[in-house]
Amino acid sequence: MIPLLHDILNTLSNTLDDIAPIIGTLFFFQYVVLKRPLINLDRILIGLFMVILGLTLFLVGLEDAIFPLGDAMARQLTDPAFLYAPGEVPTYLWQDYLWVYVFAFAIGFATTVAEPALIAVALKAEDISAGAISAFGLRMAVAIGVATGVAIGCFRIVSGTSLWVYIVVAYVVVLLQTARAPKMIIPLAFDSGGVTTSTVTVPLLAALGLGLASTIPGRSPVLDGFGLIAFASVFPIISVLAYAQISAWMIRRQSSPPKEEENAL
Amino acid sequence: MNSILEAMHRSIRPLLGALRDLAPILIVIVVFQTLVLHQPIPNLGNMLVGFLCVLAGLALFVKGLESALFPIGENLANAFAYKGSLFWLLLFAFLLGFGTTIAEPALIAIAAKAADVAAGAALISNDAASKETYADGLRLSVALSVGLAILIGVIRILRGWPLPWLIVGGYLLIEAMTPFAPNEIIGIAYDAGGVTTSTITVPLVAALGIGLASSIQGRNPVLDGFGLIALASLLPMVFVMIYGLVVLG
Repeated sequence: MIPLLHDILNTLSNTLDDIAPIIGTLFFFQYVVLKRPLINLDRILIGLFMVILGLTLFLVGLEDAIFPLGDAMARQLTDPAFLYAPGEVPTYLWQDYLWVYVFAFAIGFATTVAEPALIAVALKAEDISAGAISAFGLRMAVAIGVATGVAIGCFRIVSGTSLWVYIVVAYVVVLLQTARAPKMIIPLAFDSGGVTTSTVTVPLLAALGLGLASTIPGRSPVLDGFGLIAFASVFPIISVLAYAQISAWMIRRQSSPPKEEENAL
Repeated sequence: MNSILEAMHRSIRPLLGALRDLAPILIVIVVFQTLVLHQPIPNLGNMLVGFLCVLAGLALFVKGLESALFPIGENLANAFAYKGSLFWLLLFAFLLGFGTTIAEPALIAIAAKAADVAAGAALISNDAASKETYADGLRLSVALSVGLAILIGVIRILRGWPLPWLIVGGYLLIEAMTPFAPNEIIGIAYDAGGVTTSTITVPLVAALGIGLASSIQGRNPVLDGFGLIALASLLPMVFVMIYGLVVLG
């Protein structure tokens, strides 16, 4: 119990350090530049306290419980002793790493669903679109995008192909989709690329990438270990755009089958 | 009595929401640990305590989000739109981006790692001082770029520029720079875009953009309000590559 309390206090002071410049900026502008007192100041202060305490507990719990386990699992799954039966000669072919891709997909999906920043943006999107964009649907679309991206990213590390080819192809797909997707979703889709990779996802992905790059001969942990985050930022853009395209297509098919096709799509 | 029940109900609902959000992580861990790796879950007691912390933390965060972070961002956006002082608005936008990034722990960690990589490749001399200078320069260029990105994003909302052109232009620039940038910086540059947008920054920046777009006539909150985070993940890639070109050559 005592070490846990110690961890909590430690993380709390780190979180406070971390957000002090933001809080300072906010209050300076509110009171010195704009000279407009905050409405419901006590409610806001309580809320701010909840945000800081919540983030602290969240991080402590992740670091104490979930990261060590995720770390250990990533190492075990990429360990040649798990991949090859005793006596078998390790070949390090990409087919041998099937469980790694499945794990990468599953953990990419699961961590994205729990990502607090994504929850925030999804709530906001549902709110201002008056329910036209569903927070749950958006989060699922982003999670599927991250999951796919991370799985492909692991395949890239195993197969040793170069990062920029994948990224260029992914952005070409994004460009083509941008030209045809409903206009309303585009800014949100681009935003979800940046949102996905914060507190929860990054450390687990880094462990997975490093585990892969350090056990496969010929891969360098420093050059190949990085880059999974890039995958996790591009693929959600594709999946959110696709989600909007599919919903728009389904609505059109339902409502007006005989009408002429719209030019926009 | 009724108010106690209501209070209980109000505090249980966010907990249930958090439980739903965290269930996939639990399922993945249990399934892989028992069915694929055939191993028991180590330190089950510790795991459970940690998981309860995560659960309570997420519930508190989401609750605080709606009663503090969103209103602060929107209040400020409305006040700026009402006061109409462009200079202060742009300064605020820059500081919000710069201030939240320069102190970001994820960025500090990545910058230190990047310095090790560069020293290992003998691009900078392998002593503590030059590694620190390199890491600080990296952090500064990322923080400057995030500040600038939020500033440009706010100008975009005010002017109503279409976002896709900015994004597409930015990515074309990145693709054009990649072949010329030193190998050791590319992976870090691409990742720098992702790590800069932290959990506290995202809700504030989203609320600022949407607040501005809703209080300016002729702007659509959905079309114009989003996009700040996208720019804040794009510009750091450009700046880190420029930094790599200048410092590593």
